[in-house]
Amino acid sequence: MVTLIVDNKEIETQEGSTLLQACLDNGIYIPNLCYLSGIEDPPGSCRLCFVEIEGYDQPRTSCRVRVQQGMVVRTNTEHVRRLQKTAFELLLSTHHVDCRNCPANKKCELQRIAKFLHFGLKLKRLEPLERDIEVEHEHPFLEYIPTRCVLCGKCVFVCRKRNGQPMLSFAKRGFDTVISFFGEKDKAVDVCKECYACAEICPVGALLVKDSPNIPNP
Amino acid sequence: MNLSAETEEKVMFDDIASMLRTFEEKRENLMPILQEIQEKYRYLAPPALEMVAKRLGLSSCDVYGVATFYNQFRFNPPGKHQIKVCLGTACHVRGGDIILENFERKLEIQAGQTTPDREFSIDRVACVGCCALAPVAIVDDTVYGHMAPSKVEGVILGFEIEKERKEREKQDSESQE
Ligand code: SF4
Ligand code: SF4
Ligand code: FES
Ligand code: FES
Repeated sequence: MVTLIVDNKEIETQEGSTLLQACLDNGIYIPNLCYLSGIEDPPGSCRLCFVEIEGYDQPRTSCRVRVQQGMVVRTNTEHVRRLQKTAFELLLSTHHVDCRNCPANKKCELQRIAKFLHFGLKLKRLEPLERDIEVEHEHPFLEYIPTRCVLCGKCVFVCRKRNGQPMLSFAKRGFDTVISFFGEKDKAVDVCKECYACAEICPVGALLVKDSPNIPNP
Repeated sequence: MNLSAETEEKVMFDDIASMLRTFEEKRENLMPILQEIQEKYRYLAPPALEMVAKRLGLSSCDVYGVATFYNQFRFNPPGKHQIKVCLGTACHVRGGDIILENFERKLEIQAGQTTPDREFSIDRVACVGCCALAPVAIVDDTVYGHMAPSKVEGVILGFEIEKERKEREKQDSESQE
């Protein structure tokens, strides 16, 4: 076991654990979107999980730091909050916020983070930059809504873990990046109808199980 | 699609299939294979991506994800006339994106796509080395400098007139026979 001090509180955790996981396990919430427990190499892409660690002059993403004995960590400094709010606002600037009509309403991770940071879901500084992307490859059971996707990658990760070969993946790049279902439809029918792990893990309302699946005729 | 395009595709897929047999089932062969197909056929047809996936034991969407990440690959057959719009820094600040948009609107396709009649395709390119002429478009082998929306119309119109003229000539010579 490793002991560390987070926000003046001593916590214990397993060796080799990520700092983010250690905090979450001990009831200390740090905003995060792209981290999943069990992920060997966290992508560190959402830029929300910043903390300050004694001995480092810059804040670090806690999902990418492994705990060390005696580490002294602060999760709520002004510097950290500023980074988190900026990252969050950037995410929101490409997000079509319409909670009332969204199936994720009340279970949505963005709403949770907004509440935690005391930060509305309305943009204040930034212009909205909505991604006008059409879904190229339809899935028989799943609906993907690119304007809600935060590109956390959780769906791809769980699918790979469950099925060995992912049935969905990131495609394109930069501002055009999407989750794509390119590929064999009949395989998707077989694998997905028993699974839906991706729709379950999606932290927002971007991957949904269709009400009326359209299974391709064999 | 007309018949000859269809047979052409069939030949391409057969050829890709035999090419794939020369590669071992290793993930690191993915890029070399994609590059070879792109090099030879100028595009990666979706069924070709599925063939590659099968050969390497990867899922198709995995292959698609890798292929769509890189600018060097296109997924539509290049058109008879290839339009390349420069979006390098100099062209970008002089409105290259507006030129691109004009071509896209005029031909009703997006960058990276080909018109259904396969006459035109549009691509974006980075600096083509004549920044003083920005914004620049290259159509087939001709460089068009100081592009403007009105010139976009002109370029396309030129090809259309040319095509009509050829068709008329063909008809004339056929009727003379
Ligand atoms: S994903 Fe979350 S923030 Fe976005 S519209 Fe749905 S509930 Fe609102
Ligand atoms: S669909 Fe959901 S889980 Fe997948 S990347 Fe987008 S937000 Fe994340
Ligand atoms: S959870 Fe650490 S960067 Fe996303
Ligand atoms: S940036 Fe377009 S030619 Fe240099």
